[in-house]
Amino acid sequence: MDQTPINLLEIKDLKKTFSISGGLFSRRLTLTALENINFTIRQGETLGIVGESGCGKSTLGRCILQLLAPDEGQVLWLGQDLTRLPAEEMRQRRADLQIIFQDPLASLNPRMTVGEIIADPLRTLRPELNKDERRARVLKTMEAVGLLPEMINRYPHEFSGGQAQRIGIARALITEPKLIVCDEPVSALDVSIQAQILNLLAELKDEFGLTLIFISHNLSVVRHVSDRILVLYLGRIVELATGDEIYEDPKHPYTRALLTAVPIPDPRLARQRNIDALKGEIPSPINPPSGCTFRTRCRFAKPFCAETRPPLERIEDGRLVACHRWREIEVPVEAVLGV
Amino acid sequence: MAGITGKDAVLSEYARKLETLDAPKGRSLTQDAIRRLARNKAAVLSIFVVGFIILFAFVGPYFLPWTYDKIDWSGIRKPPNFEAGHFAGTDQNGRDMLARIMQGTQMSLIVAGVATLVSVFIGVCYGAIAGYFGGKVDAVMMRFVDIMYALPYILFVIILVVIFGRNPVLLFVGIGCLEWLTMARIVRGQTMSIKEREFVEAAKAGGAKPWTIIFRHIVPNLTGPVVIYATLTVPEIILTESFLSYLGLGVQEPQTSLGTLISFGAPVAETLPWMLIGPAVVLVSLLLCLTYIGDGLRDALDPKDR
Amino acid sequence: MKQVLKVEDMSVTFELHQSEVHAVRDMSFSLSEGETLAVVGESGSGKSQAFLAIMGLLAKNGRAGGRAMMGDINLIGMAPSQLDTHRGKDIAMIFQDPMTSLNPTLKVKTQLSEVLVKHRGFDQQKAVMTSIEMLERVGIPEPVKRANAYPHELSGGMRQRVMIAMALLCQPKILIADEPTTALDVTVQAQMLDLFKTLTQDFGTSLVLITHDLGVVAGVADRMMVMYGGRAVEKGSVDDLFYDPRHPYTLGLLHSTPHIAKRAERLDPIQGLPPSLEHLPKGCSFNPRCAFAFDRCLVERPPLADTGNGREKACHYEGPMAYGKVA
Repeated sequence: MDQTPINLLEIKDLKKTFSISGGLFSRRLTLTALENINFTIRQGETLGIVGESGCGKSTLGRCILQLLAPDEGQVLWLGQDLTRLPAEEMRQRRADLQIIFQDPLASLNPRMTVGEIIADPLRTLRPELNKDERRARVLKTMEAVGLLPEMINRYPHEFSGGQAQRIGIARALITEPKLIVCDEPVSALDVSIQAQILNLLAELKDEFGLTLIFISHNLSVVRHVSDRILVLYLGRIVELATGDEIYEDPKHPYTRALLTAVPIPDPRLARQRNIDALKGEIPSPINPPSGCTFRTRCRFAKPFCAETRPPLERIEDGRLVACHRWREIEVPVEAVLGV
Repeated sequence: MAGITGKDAVLSEYARKLETLDAPKGRSLTQDAIRRLARNKAAVLSIFVVGFIILFAFVGPYFLPWTYDKIDWSGIRKPPNFEAGHFAGTDQNGRDMLARIMQGTQMSLIVAGVATLVSVFIGVCYGAIAGYFGGKVDAVMMRFVDIMYALPYILFVIILVVIFGRNPVLLFVGIGCLEWLTMARIVRGQTMSIKEREFVEAAKAGGAKPWTIIFRHIVPNLTGPVVIYATLTVPEIILTESFLSYLGLGVQEPQTSLGTLISFGAPVAETLPWMLIGPAVVLVSLLLCLTYIGDGLRDALDPKDR
Repeated sequence: MKQVLKVEDMSVTFELHQSEVHAVRDMSFSLSEGETLAVVGESGSGKSQAFLAIMGLLAKNGRAGGRAMMGDINLIGMAPSQLDTHRGKDIAMIFQDPMTSLNPTLKVKTQLSEVLVKHRGFDQQKAVMTSIEMLERVGIPEPVKRANAYPHELSGGMRQRVMIAMALLCQPKILIADEPTTALDVTVQAQMLDLFKTLTQDFGTSLVLITHDLGVVAGVADRMMVMYGGRAVEKGSVDDLFYDPRHPYTLGLLHSTPHIAKRAERLDPIQGLPPSLEHLPKGCSFNPRCAFAFDRCLVERPPLADTGNGREKACHYEGPMAYGKVA
């Protein structure tokens, strides 16, 4: 990149809660899905978002796209706050922000043909196009994602997962977006197809100058595609750094724990590894631990971790980490990966 | 290489390709369902029988020497008599029973069809809207349905009779307006599960407006439960009509319906059996066939449940 | 090492409306005591169906052939009543989604103790005690509390542990795990894999791990069998197959798996799609996706042949397979 990248998207103090009705006579419960989310996305980068299930990573993606309305905070798209945009203007803006889903078949309307599915966003976002122009664009996009033109009149159930995901990608591409949120786009696919889709996303990114937000629970996949990685735990950012930094020098104990848990497709390394698996499971977001939410599973937790919540600190080169003790717990990378 | 942003060059290139493109048609879910239905022998037979009954009711009268309201003074309470053209006998007033059965079937089919269509239309729109918007809209709309459920049906029917008087079709438009309640509940439940599916979210991300989402993405996916429930509504309304006619609230003389014919035939079944047997056979076969079609459709549309 | 299971020429066919689909063909392998065998393949490779057949759990339209010898009993074609005496007791299976195999209306302890009462003739009290002990052994904290819970009150990882505890209650010789960690988070997955290693060491259980994730295989398995289009295409020790794959499909799978410690610019995936079992290509089923295919591959199906050193492969190609050639 020859010029300083501009900040495409800026998330400020985002908070999202869900209320859960606790039955007829019990109190309504509030689940804080996301809190205190602050980060920026630069044009042309791929930001990976990782975390365990229930950490709020998918909710974050949907809040960015305004598919869910955040409770507080701003989502600034080139300086314009999307959360305050009137519905009609937001609708027009959607051409710039698209999404790819986890379950490729569930994300395609089973009653529509491939052509209709891919053309669907154009009907609302580009109403001036006539039928032939729409069809031409559909075919062009199908070609870009590696679908044959003769598939245009087929229905989703006639396709395998990998091809269905290509259809989903084509639908996201047809509005010529600037940003695509990829919500676990490969986790439902077979290994050989996963790699094809990852490569396709990388090619499309280069070809169309896309910015990607790549949400996944699979650290190897995120590491493979991302420039920077954001680690979420119980709805809060615990660490944000470049992929190399996260992998070579993770600061937060949770990031370390995630890294040691990643299976490595290399038997000798895997055998040598001393997996110090994280104990227990993610606590309930309805009733999160006091202070640092990770302290209940943290090897390095001290009594004061239960008292105050660690702030998200900016350390060197724009890295962010939220831990009281990150300075004290230097661990060499060999120990982290167990390699 | 020009991206999808290099519009004009791309468009003309593809315009050429389009002319020669011969994309095979895919198998839609509906076609799949029809194929599965065609393999179900009971359902196929039932469709033929229902088709025959419809022909019988609407075309049959043109081939008869007697009309349903014409009185044959020489033949009152007579068993079938082929010479006089009374193939199914005559009733107490000397009217030709076969003509009356045809007219009665016609009437039953019309009211059932009209009432079902009305109830499907209202039920689908109402349920889809309540289910899609959820929250307060849903709460208010569904409480209204609950209240309607609680009110006595027959009271409404009497009010409708007062309003529409002798017009049976309008009466059954009214009955359709009452029958949609269950349909609305079914559709609402289905809508609530469909709206959580990712393709609805994808449509939102593609900028679709709520009405577009409801009528383009949700309603077509309701086909299964709606068609199944509708095929079960048809016999229900035929029975309702029979019941109302029995009470004297339905079709007015000289017009008749299957229910009315049976209610007249039942008391005299021992002396004039042909007055009961004819309409009863038609009604029973109609109801049986519709049930088989409903079952067949359920299997065809929801292959997983088998 | 003692062999606990010997499968010979096993096949699984499904009867469809007009056709017959061969989900598994000519499958042979053996499993030794305390050994972990990984069965690797993509969806539709027949890897799950093969073991469902051994467990006698095929769908109604499925039929199994060949032999699966456990000692001198053949599990294939055994009457259901007879199979019941072995199933759960000598050979147990756990699945990807534990919720489908647990009864949602019964407490965990009821479901566990039921197994003991039925198979080992324990009385109720002893059965419950043993169940709670087993829950503790598979790493469930507060086992008494969890034993009194209903399945839906437990997290995914916890449910999978309950399933494993249930499978181990009768100390089976063989445990078949079908994608046991696919639905779990990476941290919980690491705990589970650790548990599997302990199990094979402490209980001497032989483990069959069915998975598509080579990362999981590398950490746990001793030997592996790669399946494609219903057939085993390569067999051997994990080290041999990872460091010196001889079948292009194995090589392709390895290059498709992202490695956290090695960041490549692009992955080198296998082209094309997995074949449908109804329309397998002629000759070698992998030939349309294979970078090394030549004319012989299009007409003649390579048999699974011994290549020495306890390895077998089904491929005509004998030359070197350079990195990057797979694409």
